[in-house]
Amino acid sequence: MAVPLSYSFRSLWARRLTTFLTASGMALVVFVFATVLMLAAGLQKTLVQTGSYRNVIVLRQGATSEVDSGIERGKAAVVETLPGIAVDQSGETVLAKEVVVLITLPKKAGGTSNVIIRGIGKRSFALRPQVKLIQGRMPRFGTPEVAVGSSLVKRFKGLTLGSTISDSVRNWRIVGIMDAGNTAFSSEIWGDAEQVMQGFRRPVYSVVIFRMRDSAALDAMKSLIEDDPRLTLQAKRETAFYLDQSEMMAKFLTILGISLTIIFSLGAVIGAMITMHSAVANRVREIGTLRALGFQRRGILMSFLAESVFLGLIGGCMGIFFASFMQLITISTVNFQSLAELAFKFTLTPSVFFKSLAFALIMGLIGGVLPAFRASRLNIVDSLRTS
Amino acid sequence: MESPSNIVEIRRVSKCYHRGDLVVPVLTDITFDIARGEFLAIMGPSGSGKSTLLNLMAGIDRLDTGSILVDDTDITTLSETELASWRSSSVGFIFQFYNLIPVLTAFENVELPLHLTGLSKKERREHVEAALRMVSLTERMDHSPSQLSGGEQQRVAIARAIVTDPLILVADEPTGDLDRKSAADVLDLMERLNRELNKTIIMVTHDPHAAGRAHLIRHLEKGEFIP
Repeated sequence: MAVPLSYSFRSLWARRLTTFLTASGMALVVFVFATVLMLAAGLQKTLVQTGSYRNVIVLRQGATSEVDSGIERGKAAVVETLPGIAVDQSGETVLAKEVVVLITLPKKAGGTSNVIIRGIGKRSFALRPQVKLIQGRMPRFGTPEVAVGSSLVKRFKGLTLGSTISDSVRNWRIVGIMDAGNTAFSSEIWGDAEQVMQGFRRPVYSVVIFRMRDSAALDAMKSLIEDDPRLTLQAKRETAFYLDQSEMMAKFLTILGISLTIIFSLGAVIGAMITMHSAVANRVREIGTLRALGFQRRGILMSFLAESVFLGLIGGCMGIFFASFMQLITISTVNFQSLAELAFKFTLTPSVFFKSLAFALIMGLIGGVLPAFRASRLNIVDSLRTS
Repeated sequence: MESPSNIVEIRRVSKCYHRGDLVVPVLTDITFDIARGEFLAIMGPSGSGKSTLLNLMAGIDRLDTGSILVDDTDITTLSETELASWRSSSVGFIFQFYNLIPVLTAFENVELPLHLTGLSKKERREHVEAALRMVSLTERMDHSPSQLSGGEQQRVAIARAIVTDPLILVADEPTGDLDRKSAADVLDLMERLNRELNKTIIMVTHDPHAAGRAHLIRHLEKGEFIP
């Protein structure tokens, strides 16, 4: 039978200052670990929420992002006539031929960054119901008018209603501010696709997006598009496309974060080890007494390991508690895949919570192994003689 | 010949300590029996080997040669795991400095050895309350050791020693850290346990007053009993 857990827990409480300081060291590492995972989760969530499960995005075969895709007008017209595309109340297909280009704009914080200008079609807003106009009006088709995402307004200079964005060819007048919640569209500028194509001398669309009549019919739609030798196009569900867009960056952030925290965690593990060694040194007679009473070596080992894991649990909970406040912060960075600025929030998902907690418990466990082993190997008679 | 009236039978026990290359003999060819229900005091000067002998009988130290039978179990042949199990059911310890766990209450300290039994929580509570009643400390069961006097702490330790109803009680200088009044109370309690519950008590002491409470006193000197 094991030594009661209350013994381990109360021993930590009895030396609460040391416990608090050691747990704080662990909490700091867990904070960094959780924050980096929250960053990757936030990026992924933002991009995945951007897509709709019912929408299909068509790109050039081999293209990995909208920026490096190109679809000639003729091919786009063929896609437009395919069966299986949803039709709205006016009898029009819910489909938009869009062009995506990057422009460089000055940031309020200094420096410049790439921003996506999306040339949209008449059904683009219907395809993205999450995009809402919060100020001004929609850009009129056939004019160089644009609506700007709310995340860009906060971070870039001069993006106010009524002002203009100038590129080498023409001035784009901002007539609306749009908000798309926590999605990538909040970091885009939208205007008429024909105007954007002329303005940026793009003879081809970047993507064709349409809503499926039956959202389960993706495979049939895919084969219609991908098996047609005239098209050389690929089709993806929009949610899957945006998940792919976040993959490289999320993977980079996760690997970077885990590598950094593993290095930091060495310090925290050594801290836990010192604390537990001192706990053993101060309780040699207690250990001798427990052994004399009949507790086995394994029981003593488990008791000190439990104490160390408790220490990790306290550190983990503290770290996650403070990391949760990071959710109040929105940050923006360049997405490797699209090369454009993207704003997103730190997001504490259940997966991040459990990974961080597991990380803290593992730190506690590793820190406690040697001291617990030492405690379990103490000689009973010598321990009882200790003053 | 083994006698059913003997609870402890010690046969030709020798024990040496090794300090570097130096071999220090502590017990030399000791043979004696302790009768069931005996209250034995072992006296002797420091270094005479009395605590070592007590530790061997309690199964917390290993001898070099000889054998020790407690209630017909040869404890010298038990593995470490078996010996720990045997201690938990057969030996009650009373230490000079009480050795209570400071972070546990009096109740929890007494309950500690019962965690090694298969008793339910309710049964454990009943046993602990009975043991604390025996030492007249029921009303202080929720106090931590630091809130108790030395005499009370030793009484809690005695309750812990008897709670599993062990075969023998071993006491190493049980009054060594107590004032005269508390020492007398503890010795009264030990006498009562011996008289009323027929507990076999083996006590190591320097104190002639304490030894005077025992039925039998054996003197140990340089690792051998002297007449």
